Amino acid sequence: MIEAEGLVKRYGATAAVDGLTFTAHPGKVTGFVGPNGSGKSTTMRLLLGLDAPDAGVTRIGGLPYRDLRWPLREVGSMLEARAFHPGRSARAHLAALAASNAIGHARVDEVLDMVGLAGAARRRAGTFSLGMAQRLSIATALLGNPEVLVLDEPVNGLDPEGIRWIRGLLKSLAGEGRTVFVSSHLIGEMAATAEHLVVVGAGRLLADTSVAELSAVGSGSLEEAFFALTAGSAQYEGTSQRAGPVSTASPRRASDTACP
Amino acid sequence: MTAIQPTGTSTARYGFSNLARMEWLKLASLRSTWWTLAVTIAAAIGIAVGVGAQTKAHTADVTNNILGGVAPGLLLTGVLGVLVMTSEYTSGLIRSTFTAAPKRSLVLAAKAAVFGTVSLVVGEIAAFAAFLAGRASLPRTITGPALSHPSVLRAVVLAGAGYCLIGLIGVGLGAIIRHTPAAVAVLVGGVYVAGTALVGLSKSAGSYGPVSIVANSLTTTQRLAHALPPWAGLGMLCLYAALVLGIGGWLLVRRDA
Repeated sequence: MIEAEGLVKRYGATAAVDGLTFTAHPGKVTGFVGPNGSGKSTTMRLLLGLDAPDAGVTRIGGLPYRDLRWPLREVGSMLEARAFHPGRSARAHLAALAASNAIGHARVDEVLDMVGLAGAARRRAGTFSLGMAQRLSIATALLGNPEVLVLDEPVNGLDPEGIRWIRGLLKSLAGEGRTVFVSSHLIGEMAATAEHLVVVGAGRLLADTSVAELSAVGSGSLEEAFFALTAGSAQYEGTSQRAGPVSTASPRRASDTACP
Repeated sequence: MTAIQPTGTSTARYGFSNLARMEWLKLASLRSTWWTLAVTIAAAIGIAVGVGAQTKAHTADVTNNILGGVAPGLLLTGVLGVLVMTSEYTSGLIRSTFTAAPKRSLVLAAKAAVFGTVSLVVGEIAAFAAFLAGRASLPRTITGPALSHPSVLRAVVLAGAGYCLIGLIGVGLGAIIRHTPAAVAVLVGGVYVAGTALVGLSKSAGSYGPVSIVANSLTTTQRLAHALPPWAGLGMLCLYAALVLGIGGWLLVRRDA
């Protein structure tokens, strides 16, 4: 289980995360969605103890991240596709991280196999395509066979086959009773993968709802409901794109950046 | 929720030995590490042979002259030390490292211990190999310094230690500055240029520059007028390394990764 309570993170005058509270439960894929710049990646860094919040707390399995005994065996995470040294092989990268949490070497080959990189294990990771880099990052997340997964935009850079693969992987991990928390700015992708959605805009919680509930709102399209919900909170939007009135009612009021 | 705990480790948690193993695997799995260290040793030997062959007088501090080849290698070890930290920031690996081990000061301690050990071993190999090669290349008319002489042995051993301490200063600067070009610039500026500039101001101030400590204190057999005594010089270098590592560790814990 992942918990965030009253989370605030400011960069200068702007609050990237502004009083965010949510819970991601075991046994399902929770999609963390919102427009670009809505604070998703910042929230994930706060969950993983990489950034310190200005207010609020995060807990994973009831503990603050820094108190985990064997962090990689409890939480698997990926924040960016190329978080490895280009001169190191995929196997060496994983072996080093495995050593930090006393994870056996057999597990390194196992995860390389799981993500389909067994044949490229000895290649310098700097030569990897974006899709392969993404797979190595996913292998890193799976290394400790963790109960909780925190993945930032895992489908980015994957080809259609890769996207289908990761959907299946996330669902099967959740099916095994794990907590799977996945961010995406693509609501359509989350519709195909997630059961539950935490929707954010401008660092605030807009909705904490099941995919079915959100889809049932208004015209019945998840995409329309999502746009109605996030209207006004998108930081970077083309003016012509928002011309049509969005009249669908939302489960919670569409946020306005000035509202409390 | 219960986390998966392999049997036998349920009460334990990750510690220094796990992190030291991780840092060793990181360091050893990069080809550039071995190239840099090989060049360090080769440079020390090459310069020692050249200097040895040119030696003309008994009166000079032959040991110190032969060990003159330490200086370029010091720069390489220092830069390698910087990269131990900054390459993780460049690639984004630092976030994986800190999610694997949220105790950041323990990560820095493991990095410093591993890199310090590797650079000490390589430094001693470079210093002894350079000394022996330099002595062998001395003209027949000159009696070479003997390792059985305490001050000669001390000069060679401390030359090796110099690599380790400059390397650790590099690791500390990398942790403080995090960007490779800036950290290398500060290393070169602080360790080399500032030391030389201090000599311009006053000879006794110049004796506190890290490179002049290695060149004029650690590796001499004849005490120079404006240099720190060898063991005081070693203490000074240890202090510099401890200071930058301490500041680096303090900042790592307080800054967002």
